[in-house]
Amino acid sequence: MKKPKIGIFKFASCDGCQLSILNLEDEILDFIELFDISYFREASDSPLKGQFDIAIVEGSISAERQRQDIMDIRERSRRLITIGACATSGGLQALRNLASLSSYKQYVYPSPDFIDALPASTPISEHVFVDYELWGCPINKEAMVETMVSFLIGKRPGIPKYSLCMDCKGKGIPCLLVTNGEPCLGPITKTGCGVLCPSFGKACYGCFGPKEEANIESLLKQFQDMGLTQNECIQLLDKMNTYAYRKVRLEGR
Amino acid sequence: MIIKIQKYNLSHIFDRLKSSHKLIGPKIENNAIILSEIEFHDIPAGYRDQQSPGCYKLKQGENAEVFSFSPGPDSFKRFLHPPFAEIFRFEKSKKGITISPSNSDEKPFAFIGIRACDISAMKLYDRVFSGEHIRDKTYESLRKNCFIMAVNCIYPGDNCFCQSIGTGPEVKDYFDIVITEIRDSFILETGTVAGERLLTGLQQDRVNDNDMKERNESIQRCGKAMKKAIKFDELPWLIYRNLEHPRWAEIEKRDLECGNCTQVCPTCFCNSSYDLVSLSGVLKKSEGLSGVRIRAWDSCFSKNFARVHGGNFRPSRKARYRQWMSHKLAYTFEQFGLPGCVGCGRCITWCPVGIDITHELEALRNAR
Repeated sequence: MKKPKIGIFKFASCDGCQLSILNLEDEILDFIELFDISYFREASDSPLKGQFDIAIVEGSISAERQRQDIMDIRERSRRLITIGACATSGGLQALRNLASLSSYKQYVYPSPDFIDALPASTPISEHVFVDYELWGCPINKEAMVETMVSFLIGKRPGIPKYSLCMDCKGKGIPCLLVTNGEPCLGPITKTGCGVLCPSFGKACYGCFGPKEEANIESLLKQFQDMGLTQNECIQLLDKMNTYAYRKVRLEGR
Repeated sequence: MIIKIQKYNLSHIFDRLKSSHKLIGPKIENNAIILSEIEFHDIPAGYRDQQSPGCYKLKQGENAEVFSFSPGPDSFKRFLHPPFAEIFRFEKSKKGITISPSNSDEKPFAFIGIRACDISAMKLYDRVFSGEHIRDKTYESLRKNCFIMAVNCIYPGDNCFCQSIGTGPEVKDYFDIVITEIRDSFILETGTVAGERLLTGLQQDRVNDNDMKERNESIQRCGKAMKKAIKFDELPWLIYRNLEHPRWAEIEKRDLECGNCTQVCPTCFCNSSYDLVSLSGVLKKSEGLSGVRIRAWDSCFSKNFARVHGGNFRPSRKARYRQWMSHKLAYTFEQFGLPGCVGCGRCITWCPVGIDITHELEALRNAR
């Protein structure tokens, strides 16, 4: 069997999700055995050429040039998978979507004219068709393996889209919200991190983005009843998945 | 057999049971009473939990009783129907498919301090996983030889309503030993030969009529002290008559669909199975591939749960909440001849926004 050809691409992002591919450690040799990684800037400098069976895309679309590039990559690729909060929801840099580009550009940069940025940082799915999305900041490497295996054997990836609470309860962690009154985003957040923060007694802050049909309004109302101001509630949402949470919240109204 | 022992003597029973069983009982972890493998001193004696919809606070109380607390989020379900279980391993090759069941040869569980509500839930589990139609090997191997050391509740939890369903607070059957706490002693009643054998030769006192009177009165007092209730005799028809009630749409506004209620519920048994194949499992693809079949807790609140080819049976949050409540309070009678709600109140306490099943049922009665 011919190995599927893979390209790993990056836009506006921190490279952390690509690193989780390199961090596969025990499985990296199996990975190379099964796939032909023909473009991967993080690991080698072989140039971009030809077609791909799978394009793995990290990062958000933040500049005009990136908008052109993603369309080119889509045309070269049979399947396109986005990885990480930036590629799936615009990332932390999407905080700028709430303000005006020209106003803060001049506060941040000494020569703002050099900055060639789009007014909003947007997920890949707003530009091209995406076959599968892996959420998380960063992504979970087991989920990455599951996705690649699913591609090889032709099955749907077994990655749940329900809330973090489901796995938190499965692990037997008493609810931080119910026992300690902590504002935890678990009930509106997709599972996938392996319940990292609650395992250490910390409330979830939403690395994996909104779960399917998240009822954000109801949870924020509960936080307000617990004593948080409306502003504090919104700030909880304004992290690496701000754009996705805000969008789901508006749609739910 | 009914005997009375000094409270400290319970530790001797623990010692005897420990050689043959894994003792699963209440223990404090992260400000809540959970279930795990315990020693006698782990029992949170004297603690009280204050529970209200969406709120749980553990207090080191003034109570002199050992079993002064009510159940926390965990139940036997975590052990007999684990949240994540490997069912079998498979290997596909040119010769065909080989399946090898994943067995554990660990000691059977002894459930210490299990309450009447959870015992009713266990009865339901036995019908679901080990009944006429389905014999689930994974469940049966975990359930086999379990020892049940139950406790009669003498204080109700703040969200309990087992009295109104008839599933508690008294443990009437399905136990090896049931403990009732009176002053400085425990009254122990046995329900099986295994229970009797465990108590044989133990230092004990005679049980007199006064002790039994005190036992009965304290359980009755507990039943009467429950603050919540449902009108059980109106079920299942109260649900069936109101499947289109506007109240469902109101619940939908508050419902987070996080699934917490289903995960803490001792009767919710829904699960999903999937196959895990590793990269090394595919590497041998020229000959075949290998992996494991996993069974994990799922929930009717997960949208994927009712998704089939071509659509979803329950596309809205409203439909999913209605399914959950109707299954508990109506359909389970027809499916298994037992109530799907045992009145433990866990779903009320552990709902982050405090949705109260007893209130919602009451609301259905009101005019549309």
